[in-house]
Formats: sequence, C-alpha cells, structure tokens
Amino acid sequence: MDKSMIGKKPDSSNTFYTDEHQMFRQSLRRFLDKEAVPFFEKWEEEHIIPRSFWTKLGGKGFICPWVNEEYGGMNTDFGFAAILNEELARVGAGLSGIGTHSNIIVPYIASFGTEEQKKKYLPGCVTGNMITAIAMTEPGAGSDLANIRTTALKNGDSYMINGQKTFITNGIHSDLVIVACKTDPHVTPAHRGISLFLVERDTPGFSRGRKLKKVGMHSQDTAELIFEEVKVPASNLLGEEGKGFYYLMTKLQQERLVAAINSLVAAEDMLQLTLSYVKERNAFGKPISKFQNTQFKLAEMATEIKIGRTFVDHLIGKHINGVDIVTEVSMAKWWITDMAKRVSAECIQLHGGYGYMEEYKIARRYRDIPITSIFAGTNEIMKTIIAKKLGL
Amino acid sequence: MDFNLSPELLEMKKSIRDFVDNTVDPLADQIEKEDKIPDHIMQMSKDIGLFGLSIPEEYGGLGIDMVAKCAIYEEIGRTSNGYTTVIGGHTGIGSVGIVEMGNEQQKRKYLPGMATGELLGAFALTEPSAGSNAVAIKTKAVRKGDKYILNGSKHYITNGPSAAVFTVMAVTDPSKGAKGITSFIVESDFKGFIVGKTEEKMGLRGSHSSEIFFDDCEVPAENVLGEEGLGYVNALKILANGRAGLAARNLGSCQKLLELSVKYAHEREQFGKPIFEQQIIQHYLAEIALDVETLRSVTYRVAWMVDQGMNVIKEAAMAKLLGSEIYNRIADKAVQIHGGIGYIKDFPIERYYRDARITKIYEGTSEIQKNIIAGQLHKEYLKSNPTVNV
Repeated sequence: MDKSMIGKKPDSSNTFYTDEHQMFRQSLRRFLDKEAVPFFEKWEEEHIIPRSFWTKLGGKGFICPWVNEEYGGMNTDFGFAAILNEELARVGAGLSGIGTHSNIIVPYIASFGTEEQKKKYLPGCVTGNMITAIAMTEPGAGSDLANIRTTALKNGDSYMINGQKTFITNGIHSDLVIVACKTDPHVTPAHRGISLFLVERDTPGFSRGRKLKKVGMHSQDTAELIFEEVKVPASNLLGEEGKGFYYLMTKLQQERLVAAINSLVAAEDMLQLTLSYVKERNAFGKPISKFQNTQFKLAEMATEIKIGRTFVDHLIGKHINGVDIVTEVSMAKWWITDMAKRVSAECIQLHGGYGYMEEYKIARRYRDIPITSIFAGTNEIMKTIIAKKLGL
Repeated sequence: MDFNLSPELLEMKKSIRDFVDNTVDPLADQIEKEDKIPDHIMQMSKDIGLFGLSIPEEYGGLGIDMVAKCAIYEEIGRTSNGYTTVIGGHTGIGSVGIVEMGNEQQKRKYLPGMATGELLGAFALTEPSAGSNAVAIKTKAVRKGDKYILNGSKHYITNGPSAAVFTVMAVTDPSKGAKGITSFIVESDFKGFIVGKTEEKMGLRGSHSSEIFFDDCEVPAENVLGEEGLGYVNALKILANGRAGLAARNLGSCQKLLELSVKYAHEREQFGKPIFEQQIIQHYLAEIALDVETLRSVTYRVAWMVDQGMNVIKEAAMAKLLGSEIYNRIADKAVQIHGGIGYIKDFPIERYYRDARITKIYEGTSEIQKNIIAGQLHKEYLKSNPTVNV
C-alpha cells in the first residue's frame, strides 16, 4: 500500500494541492499528533473535547482558514478546508465537530451575514473562542426539513423563537447557534416560510437539553436544544426572511462533500489498521495475511477505497473551482459512506475477537461509521436527489 | 413433513415470550446502563428453569429436545443480548460439555446445581494467541499424582467473573498437537484459579467476559472431562452442538428488530405521511422479513435434524453463519429505517447493532464456518468418489 492512500502526499490526480496546502497539512498533522492523538481516548471516555483544544487549534490558524483576512482568517480556498477535515478525521470521527464548525456552519455567516454580524462573530470563530452549531433537525423533522415546527414570530423589531431541536453537533459547546425557524408557518410551499437566526449562548429562554448518548462519535458533543420564548433582535436574522431553506440547500453541497471526505478517511484508516493487524496476527502457523480470504478481502477494500479517493479528489477540485456538483456530491455521499460501512464490517471481522474489544481502534471506527449513511441527508435522500437530477 | 411445534411447546414458548417481553425487556435499558442483570431477573430466570435448558430431567434440568431449546432461545433472543448471553453462555458451551462428555459422578456432582442456576457455567478455550486456531492453546496441564497442575491464561471468557464451573481446555501432551489437548472441569474456588480483568466490549453489556489465569492451579484427576487427549474433539463437539442455539438466539433478535422497524415505519411521519408509504422503506422491511423467515426455516430444520440423530456438522455451521450474517444485515437496515434516533441510545436499535457484531466472531468466526462447510463438501465428494486422491 502506498502512502498516497492516507493522503500524505496526494497523487497526480490532485493537481489542486499546492506546496502551501502540503505545508498546511504537515504542520496540522504534527500539531494533531502532539495535541490530539495522545488525549483522544480520554476525550472519548469523557464524551467531550476540551475547549482549550479548540483555542489551541484556532491559535495556530487551523480553524476557518478560508475566512477573509479582515476577520482574522487567511482567505484560503476549499483545499485547506478539505485538509482540515481529512486530518481531524484521521485522528477520529469524534473530532468532526470542529470541521463542522469550520467548514459547514461558519460559511453561513460569511455568505449570508451582514457586515455587522461578520465583524461580531467571525474573528471568534477563527480563534476557536466562539464555537458554532447549526440547528435544523427536530424530533419530528429529519429528512423532511420543510416540516420543522420551531417558530420565530416577528414582534416589532424582534423575533420570538419557540421550539425544540435535536441531534445538534457541538450542542453543548456552542456559543452561537444558527437556528432554522418558521417565520411563516402557514405559507405554501412550507419551505418558503423558513428563516435562519443567530442565537447566542446566554439568550434568555435558550437552554440545552440532554447531551445525547450515541453509538459512536463519543467525544463529539451532540445535544438537544430548547427554545422557550427566546427573544432575538431582528438584527440576528441571517440573510433574508423566508430564504432559509434556499440557504441551507446552497450550503449542503459542501456539507455532503465533507461527509464523503470524512468517511473516506475513516475507510483509509481502517484499511491501514487492518493491514498492520493481519501481518502481526498468527493463526494456523502463519500470519493471517497469508490466507487467500484475507488477501482478497483487503484487495477488494483497497480497490473500492482507491475508487472513492479518486472520485472525492475529483470533486474537491471541482468544488474549489465553484462548479455545481450537487448530483455528483450526492452520489459520492451515499456511495462512500456505504462503502466505508462495508469496509468497517470486513475490517472488524479480520480483527476477530480483538476487534470487538474497545482497546482496539477498529472497534471505535466500527461504532463511528453507521451514522454517516444517516447524517447530512440520509443515503435514501441522496438517491432521491440523484433520481430527480436524472429527470425521474 | 410437519412444520408445527407441539401445543405444549407453543404454550411454553408463549410463556417465555411473556416473561421476556414484559419483565426483562422493560429493563433492557437499565441493564445497558448498569452493565448488570438485575438480581430479581436472574432469580426469576432460574425459577422458570432457563438455566437448566440443556440439562436432562434426571439432573434437575428441563430435559427438552433441540427444537424446544431453539424455541426458547428464540424468545430470550428478543431482548438484551447481554441477558441472553449470560444464559446462553451457561446453557450452551458452559454446560453441554458436562452433559455430553461427563461421567455419571461428574454429572451428579455438577449438573443439579447448574440446572437451578446456582452454579454458573463457562467455557474456557480461547487464549490471546489462539482464537480461531484453537489447537494453538498454550495452557498446560501436568499430571502430578492424583492431580493435574494447570498453568496458563485464557481470555474473552463469557461468564468468567461469575461462573463457578469452567470447562477448560489445556495441553497435556505438547508433542501430540490436537490430540494432546484435554478438557477439565475446573471450579472457580480451586487453588491457583484467578479471574483477571473484565474486558471492555463494544456490546453485550450485562454479560461479562474476562481473562482467566491458572497459577499452579490444582485440578483433581477425576475432573478430566472425557478422556485425556480428547479435549480438542470435545471442544469441537461442544461448539457444534451450540450452533443451532446461536442461530435461534439471533433469530429472536432479528424478529424483534423486524417488529420494531415495522412499528416505527408506521408511526414516523416525514413529508406528510408515514415513512412506511415510501417504497424504499417497504422494500427494506420486505428484505428484513425475508431474512427472518429464511433464518427461521434453517434454524428449526437443523434443530430437527439434531433431534433425529442426524449428522449436522455442515448444516449447523450454515445456520450459525446465516444467523450472524442476517442479524448484522437486519441491524444495519433497522438503524437506517430509524434514521438519527437509531444512532442514539434512547432507542434500543443501536444496542442490537452493537450486540450483533460479535455473533460473526464468537463460537467460530464466519470464516471458520465456511471452512467447516467446505470441509464437509470435500468429505462428501471423496465419499462418493473413492478413487480420487486429494
């Protein structure tokens, strides 16, 4: 297996990575090896990442490097964002909340925020002092986003928010939450009544529900958020009223590409873990790597992972150039997450009984992966999108 | 052909289901959180005879055939797999060795206590460097007068921390390979028997697996199970006997996942209608139902073959393989049908997903089952073509 499989030095297909990208990746990896890897098990057990890690990471310029220089960023392209995600995912899926903040949530503020909002929030987002979350999903509205019930009703120069959100990434840490609300609960089609609001941590009436216990991604805090008579000034409306659904749709391309990248890195890591294991583990008098079943399983996985890497790199390149790749990203999201799940099942199997023990990293990878076919739009929704684009 | 279970068995099955669904299952979440089966559940399970599932009536057990055992396993498989494993580890590999291979004196000594659940049973074969390749075990047993002295270590031993009676495989003659292994009945209070750390597992909470150490552990010679040198053969027999039972336990979990998924698909509304009305959800459910029915047919057929005294080496391996593969497939689809809530611990689905995984590994991995099936095909071929030399 060549090292390009883990993205250390991209192969010739990734012409979009420059020397600056490589330096960014190398210094980020060195940083993570020192500041994240040794503590990650502990964070998993504690079910949270310390805020100090966010600020250390931000202090080095690794968070939101794409933000304009006037707000503290480095004005970089999406290649840096992709590298940030890849390197975090290499350590563990539990770190993905940082990538979600940097590559999915903060872009809403940069794209749709007013000058005043950008000045107020972006610098903190870059340093890691201000952690963000985006609250779309509700107990009754997952895939069916247009059906959210949380309302934000206008009253003079403010809005009153009422409702409940669930499965919110960074739910516990978040200082600033972008909340999808119905400003017009009666309009048809229903998605035209959705607007986005910026809600700050200490706003009266805004509280955190339970930190949710999940099968995997333990160190990533996922929570319920509760809004009871939360009064926010009209200046906290993000973008225009009634355009929330449209904003969400425009940003989902990047979110789904990031989901595909993360799953791909997980699959690459699982392959590496398993390649090492099968060479060390002896059964019936020889390393299990010498059995044809082992060899063929790994050959199949390496092939599928390479296909995934080629596809994803191709899409990263297109996305950097601002091409509309909604259909292809939908394809990548379902296929790669599905493939990573298959890889996780095969890799844990090749680890035998050891793979079921928490002290082996493959056990964590196995628990982390099943959500990927559900979040960022379930794989069934991806197929619906592709079918629509096929004119069906 | 008659596919019906007898009326008595149906009645027993129903009463076990009532107990499992109404008494155990409401506590499944608690078992998960506390990593412990509540005492009263253990006691009630003992009272209704579950611990004596594999033990003949004359020694205080239920004295039932394999079809009946599978019917009961199917029902207890519906709930917390940790609970199922505590019982299955005892009634399966934990006690079958003594039932099948024990002499009269050993049976009288151990089985009555095991039948009531007073003495919990366990099976100790696996070692750090001997998983699928069981012949590679290193635990040694050296005869010294009327005793054997055991030295070595085992790991991943189900019921290890709480069992009183262990069926232990150890090497008595290292020069003889598989024929140098002997099985012993080892009591947890024998001198030199040490329980090591309890393993942190991905699933099966409530069931505890641990390391076991033998430090000059003294075992009386009368505790040799079967004959010296037949331990490996015994181990294979014990494992083979358990395979239909494992398939039945998985069947119960699969049936439960089907019920939960059908229910959720009808209750959950997205896009203004129950998700059941989405064709893809209907197809997922149809695939799950098909898998459940396939597994049910294979499981009970193998159980019936066991009761007819037929050789089931190939078919039992198929049932074990099919049961674990199907369980994992169904658990994955159930998580997908449930969406986000399927990944959260508030719902039981994620528990089945984690619990399912080990079934493809324990008591003979899926790969080993395929080896066994292929090995039998080879034997059958040679039998019908005696002139072939392979």
